[in-house]
Amino acid sequence: MSTMSPVAMHMSDGLLNAPTSVAFLLIAAIGVGFALVRARADLDDKTAPMAGLVAAFIFAVQMINFPILPGASGHLLGGALAAILVGPWVGALCVTIVLVVQALLFADGGLTAIGTNVTNMALIGTAVGFFVAMSMKSLVRKKGGLALVAFVSALVNTVLASAGFVAEYAIGGVGGVEIGTVALAMIGLHVLIGIGEGLITAATVTAVASVRPDLVHLLRGTRPELEVRA
Amino acid sequence: MKKFFVGFAVVSLLIAGVLSYFASSDPDGLDKVTEDTGIAQHAQEHPFSGGTFADYALGGDSRFTGLAGVLGVVVVLALSFGLFMVLRKKSVR
Repeated sequence: MSTMSPVAMHMSDGLLNAPTSVAFLLIAAIGVGFALVRARADLDDKTAPMAGLVAAFIFAVQMINFPILPGASGHLLGGALAAILVGPWVGALCVTIVLVVQALLFADGGLTAIGTNVTNMALIGTAVGFFVAMSMKSLVRKKGGLALVAFVSALVNTVLASAGFVAEYAIGGVGGVEIGTVALAMIGLHVLIGIGEGLITAATVTAVASVRPDLVHLLRGTRPELEVRA
Repeated sequence: MKKFFVGFAVVSLLIAGVLSYFASSDPDGLDKVTEDTGIAQHAQEHPFSGGTFADYALGGDSRFTGLAGVLGVVVVLALSFGLFMVLRKKSVR
């Protein structure tokens, strides 16, 4: 069990067969390539440094495993947080950079598994977080609305990112464990982790919005403000 | 504007450098499931598991988790800041 470290938190190599790993490396590469192209439109002199700080913040918070059940913990994935603060394309790149640094510098997350880790957390997590947040966007100007939107989108992002692993295991998992067992355990635990992810995301987004609402991507075009202060 | 950015960076450094010592060391959701089902038996040793900062430590010594965390924040910030500044639309002056 030398590979099982209590601080490792992403998929290791060897959990999926080689063709599946390669397929998801390709999917991740295409997704990240697409995000690189689309991200340009969301990056300017103000949002570019903000996005760098969001990536660094996600790395930091991912280190903080919080207890969810006796013997099990969870940590932030960060997709919804990134999507709400810097938009889905830049957000996907933020999470990808975090995952690459974790795999290369901290030996957390396998190298052939990087395709699945990026697919689940950077692509699925960010896209789902963004879609849920956009579908609730009309609430963000109401009192407590932004916190609620952040909480729900983060909860859903966590659960669906974990469903990504279930799907990948169903396609090419090693070990022959019944998929229903994997699905039930993964989704069940990630509903609990998603509550933690939701609370962290809501607190973070609310804090940023209280001091710099102009730096929250989701709030763009939702305020009649831009009042000129004398 | 500068003040917010500096503050945000300091918060990240404190989380990775200090709060990281208080993180739960129980397996996360994914590890818990793969361990309980036996899938984890198939996990391969990480090719860089002997690396200096492997497992957010320094040479395997987790007393230096905070240092590893600070390094990670700096590296992620440098890489992402560099990428995003290159990708950004130049402001028209």
